[in-house]
Amino acid sequence: MGPEEWQAIALSLKVAFWAALASLPFGIFIAYALARWDFPGRQLLNGLVHLPLVLPPVVTGYLLLMTLGTRAPLGAFLENFGIVFSFRWTGAALAAAIMGFPLMVRAIRLSIEAVDGRLEEAASTLGASPLRVFFRVTLPLSWPGILAGAVLAFAKALGEFGATITFVSNIPGQTRTLPSAIYAFLQVPGGESAALRLVLISIALAMAALILSEVLARRVSKRLSEGGRS
Amino acid sequence: MTLRVDLKHRFSSFSLDLGFDVPDGITVLFGRSGSGKSTVLRAIAGIFKPEHARIVLSDRVLCDSEAGPCLPPHKRRIGMIFQDARLFPHLTVAQNLDFGRRFSKRDVPQGEVSQMVEMLGIGALLDRRPDGLSGGEQQRVAIGRALLSGAEMILADEPLAALDEARKAEILPYFERLRDEIAIPVLYVSHSPAEVARLATTVIALEAGRVIGQGSAEAVLGDPAVLPVGTGGAGALIRATVRAHHADGLTELDAGGEALFLPRLMADPGHPVRLRIAAHEVILSPDRPVGLSALNILSGTIVEISEAQGSAVLVALQTGAGRVLARVTTRSVAALGLRVGAPCHAVVKTASIAQDNLT
Repeated sequence: MGPEEWQAIALSLKVAFWAALASLPFGIFIAYALARWDFPGRQLLNGLVHLPLVLPPVVTGYLLLMTLGTRAPLGAFLENFGIVFSFRWTGAALAAAIMGFPLMVRAIRLSIEAVDGRLEEAASTLGASPLRVFFRVTLPLSWPGILAGAVLAFAKALGEFGATITFVSNIPGQTRTLPSAIYAFLQVPGGESAALRLVLISIALAMAALILSEVLARRVSKRLSEGGRS
Repeated sequence: MTLRVDLKHRFSSFSLDLGFDVPDGITVLFGRSGSGKSTVLRAIAGIFKPEHARIVLSDRVLCDSEAGPCLPPHKRRIGMIFQDARLFPHLTVAQNLDFGRRFSKRDVPQGEVSQMVEMLGIGALLDRRPDGLSGGEQQRVAIGRALLSGAEMILADEPLAALDEARKAEILPYFERLRDEIAIPVLYVSHSPAEVARLATTVIALEAGRVIGQGSAEAVLGDPAVLPVGTGGAGALIRATVRAHHADGLTELDAGGEALFLPRLMADPGHPVRLRIAAHEVILSPDRPVGLSALNILSGTIVEISEAQGSAVLVALQTGAGRVLARVTTRSVAALGLRVGAPCHAVVKTASIAQDNLT
């Protein structure tokens, strides 16, 4: 494999890792809000979170470009603080995070909904404030779902193409992730074998991520429900 | 420490409208399922918000809906024991016990923890997770957890209802020790007359969201007009002390000077016991009966006859041993000429001991 291929793999892993990690706190917060709070606009928020799932990825990428591009007001404002997304790997991570967000929120929300509200009630009668109830009861008990959500988002980020290429283009070493590299190799004559190698690597990485999530979730839920001594 | 509660709330099927005091000791909220007992408890804990509420613990106002927002549950310092133990499955028993302690305003010393662990007999369970424990063990841990949270009062919401008879018998003594050894008011919800007779210092009888009787356990249980769970559950409470054990296997009790004989009790002479005499176990006779196999005959005066419920009537008899309730038919009342003020004899077929933490 050539250095270009290795670069694409390394970049993809970096982008996917940061996309999953940085969106996790937001994902947990939104999932908790959707699962536990009743507020006006709840359905709207739910729809918004799921929008990237059904919207053409190109549209998501274009919307990002419109709001966070260097010439867009918000993008220009953030640039003052040294935060630049457009045509950087950070932009690729942001696009990937947004595309993976619905999957992440869905998994976490389901696991938070599965936490017995009566345990949270009991914790509050024991003197735990709502924040402490969240960190000491709700969060640890929904850990398997949070883990699964994060790994799903990671796997989704590895494969994100449409929004990424629209928002941050296809710059080698900067925004050329695995799918973009495959696409690029297919555009040049004789690039098929390199593309095929990357395709196989993509499949392997995605499978590994899914298996890892399964194993971790099973281990965590086993620890949570362990009958005997810990 | 006393709790004063006044609540009003309208539900679709009934409305809650009540007020009462909870003194030290165990106060049992006694009533049928659906009479609003658990709702009252949840309102006191702060996990249910009634339309109108005023809840004051000693001098701390926990809730006054007229004056402003009520304290959230975690600031009330009221421990709650639920029907389902509600232990945290991701924590060990020791961590469960420690859960409330770390948020407590009051510093609960380590010595108190080991004392509690010993009292509840859960020392061997500390490293285990709740899933591996029996229902009774779980409930004991839950009791310890609530007590160690630095609570100034304990609410217990039918803590035995989910347990079988053997487990109930396992837990009841711990509540008795709670009543007798720890000076903390306990409000205990139950629909079981046996539990009430055994545990209650004070009884508050509830029916359809209203208080229909309150006072000492003897007074409320001996009142034929207060039947929160119907005539089937009626039965008076009598306090007695063990007088002597006899060679034929019987134990003689002294109830206000009257002698009562029961199958051998494992208790030393002088030990106090609570007796529950179910109303359907009592036969009435205007003349002193002779030639009966029953050993326990109490004489007294009829003080109250309840209104008929179907064919059954409850007759309250004031005897030397205390008040006794008898459930008889309206036909018998007429045939025997039973009336308030008339002397009468109560033949007690069996009396159950409402207490068995005897040593």
